[in-house]
Amino acid sequence: MEQGKMATDKIIELKNLCKSYDEKPVVKNVTLSIKKGEFVTLLGPSGCGKTTTLRMIAGFEKPTSGSVHISGNDMTQSPPYARNVNTVFQNYALFPHLNVFNNIAFGLKFKCINDGTFFTDKNGVKYANLRKFTKTEITNKVKNALKMVDLEEYEKRNVSSLSGGQKQRVAIARSLVNEPDVLLLDEPLGALDLKMRKDMQLELMNMHKKLGITFVYVTHDQEEALTMSDTIVVMKDGVIQQIGTPQKVYDEPANAFVADFIGESNIFSGTMIADFKVEFCDHLFECVDKGFKFNEPIDVIIRPEDVKICNPDEDITQLTAVVSSCVFKGDHFQITVIINGGEDYEMLIHDNIECKVNATVGLCIKPFDLHIMHKARIINEIKTEMWDFNIVEISGGKFPCNCDLPSGTKVLVSIDFDDVVIHDDEDQGIIGGEVINTIYKGNYYQCVIRTDDYYDFFVDTEDDWLKGDRVGISVNPDKIVIKKIEDTQNGD
Amino acid sequence: MVNASHTKKILERSYIIVALILLYTPILLMIIFSFFNTSAFSFKNGFSFDAYESLFNSSNSKKLEDALKNTIIIAAVSSVISTILGAVAAIGIYSMSKRSRKIVENINQLPVINSEIVIAVSLMLFFVTFKFPAGYTRLLIGHISFCTPYVILSVMPRLMQMDSNIYEAALDLGATPLRAIITVIIPIISPGILSGFAMAFTISVDDFIITQLNKGTTTGIDTLSTYIYSSMHTAGGLKAYWFAAFSLIIVLVVGTLLLINLRKYKSKAHIKIQ
Repeated sequence: MEQGKMATDKIIELKNLCKSYDEKPVVKNVTLSIKKGEFVTLLGPSGCGKTTTLRMIAGFEKPTSGSVHISGNDMTQSPPYARNVNTVFQNYALFPHLNVFNNIAFGLKFKCINDGTFFTDKNGVKYANLRKFTKTEITNKVKNALKMVDLEEYEKRNVSSLSGGQKQRVAIARSLVNEPDVLLLDEPLGALDLKMRKDMQLELMNMHKKLGITFVYVTHDQEEALTMSDTIVVMKDGVIQQIGTPQKVYDEPANAFVADFIGESNIFSGTMIADFKVEFCDHLFECVDKGFKFNEPIDVIIRPEDVKICNPDEDITQLTAVVSSCVFKGDHFQITVIINGGEDYEMLIHDNIECKVNATVGLCIKPFDLHIMHKARIINEIKTEMWDFNIVEISGGKFPCNCDLPSGTKVLVSIDFDDVVIHDDEDQGIIGGEVINTIYKGNYYQCVIRTDDYYDFFVDTEDDWLKGDRVGISVNPDKIVIKKIEDTQNGD
Repeated sequence: MVNASHTKKILERSYIIVALILLYTPILLMIIFSFFNTSAFSFKNGFSFDAYESLFNSSNSKKLEDALKNTIIIAAVSSVISTILGAVAAIGIYSMSKRSRKIVENINQLPVINSEIVIAVSLMLFFVTFKFPAGYTRLLIGHISFCTPYVILSVMPRLMQMDSNIYEAALDLGATPLRAIITVIIPIISPGILSGFAMAFTISVDDFIITQLNKGTTTGIDTLSTYIYSSMHTAGGLKAYWFAAFSLIIVLVVGTLLLINLRKYKSKAHIKIQ
């Protein structure tokens, strides 16, 4: 080992990593360092760029820009076979023409190791003499690997005769036998049934502990991520949302997306009245956050288990609510209540007290259980041009509006979240788009609709729109606010 | 109800039987003819091997033997070369982007759906324009060029069935791209390569038009099909030993086809276990 060079314990460093397919960005500016021996999980919904990131570490994809460093060396342009990392694929990718033994031995046949002797060239540089593994060495290594995954008797078996779980064990053994610096796992348990998945989770954790190898694990299953990882990296749309320990990510989600994606949560829109004072659900609460602007609109996130149910007459009661449902979930009751107030806000609660439907209960939330975060956006703002008098172009669609600016005028269009109308039938809207996210906010849903030219419309709506559906969008002409953008550079 | 389905079954069966009879009676008839006495097409003189004997000791035996040799040499060489070309091309096509893959696959289909006479004439024009040496060179190039698309066609499905991560897994485990292709991809697609080879061999033996137009008049090279065709015109009518020769071609073709089918059944059984 060379001394002095990269004395850090960072085994993988991704620097400003970007990847686009046909101009469409999939991974955007990902910067991440992974410590030696860490179990890191890349977590996010499908299409969030987690697998692409993993494939760039493995070397199957070349980044559009940015760099990948492994053990301190820039490996961005290195082919997969030159990297000391191994991958376990979701669909196992075992070689069907080889038996279990030969599948596992496959990588060993290419490996070269120091045979213990050295030679020095005329410049005085010392090189290790290399040799291949002998047959007995390979046999021993494969036997050890099989023992590790509990498949000792299976070496002569044809891989096509194995069950899903056994195949995945062979795939893991095939990777680990090469003693990689990093093991990359791409949703390795995705194809297994629930029971098998739980068993394999424990086994993978044990293997990680025993071998001390760095694991980079990709999954969309938040429970898997919370159970197994040292560090969770939450991704969405190719951007890292939060990096932290499972506890930190769960207790202090960085934004509404993370809160909604990891565990269950109540998300409400509110306003910061002053430092340590927040208003939501038409009530004033104390909180532990400060430094927000006066009257700044914010999102409040409350975990269902952080809401305590109490007697409505007690002093600690902050809110009263009516129980609308109560379901036994084994170790707790899942209670839905409607908060008494001007509007009907719905809140989800996990508690071990059984409640009667239609009973009035008191609710109590501790100040540090209110997680307050800036809103990603408070209004839809689009820079565009007038199409004609009273018609403005937005994302390729022609929206009628009340504005007498001439065609071609550059304008800034503002549309409130609740002024956007969603149509089930794409053709009924002025433009079409895909629902990419919906978050329930107590008494309404906030959807994000992505238009065909990649503008994300935030829409507040009464209905729950299915993620991935195509919908139409229209806006009442009176609700479109148009401001002329003054051209600072005169003359075209 | 029972009766109706019964009648349906009988109709289905008899349809197949009629179709098979229509298809195979002429061939059967010819095989029977090959056991007739040399002079008359009847069993008047009883069952005889005269036709087969005359294959070897008539005045034309030497030429027939040469034609058979040519047929087998051309089929063997061209099917081996087109199998190698086709398999490598298929791997190349597989790794293309989806759009260019579709384009190349469609171009590859052209020689398969095109009428043979068009290929034969265009090959002839090509050879004459670029002054290719007449004889084996032209015949081999011609046969290779129309056999290769069939090999690609039979290898492609194997590649498409393959788990897309397999090649990456091999690279990941330390194999260079070439080693990955030799140690992983080729063994996995080998059933496709084998049936492609058998198909190429069969259609090369089977070919008449392309060989006839490209063999050249002065070289004197003949395959079985062209020799039989030309001698039919020169020597006044059908000769008995041709039936024997035809039967030989049938045996050759049927044998290769059987080989393909056996391989296919074998690989199907293999997939089933998976």
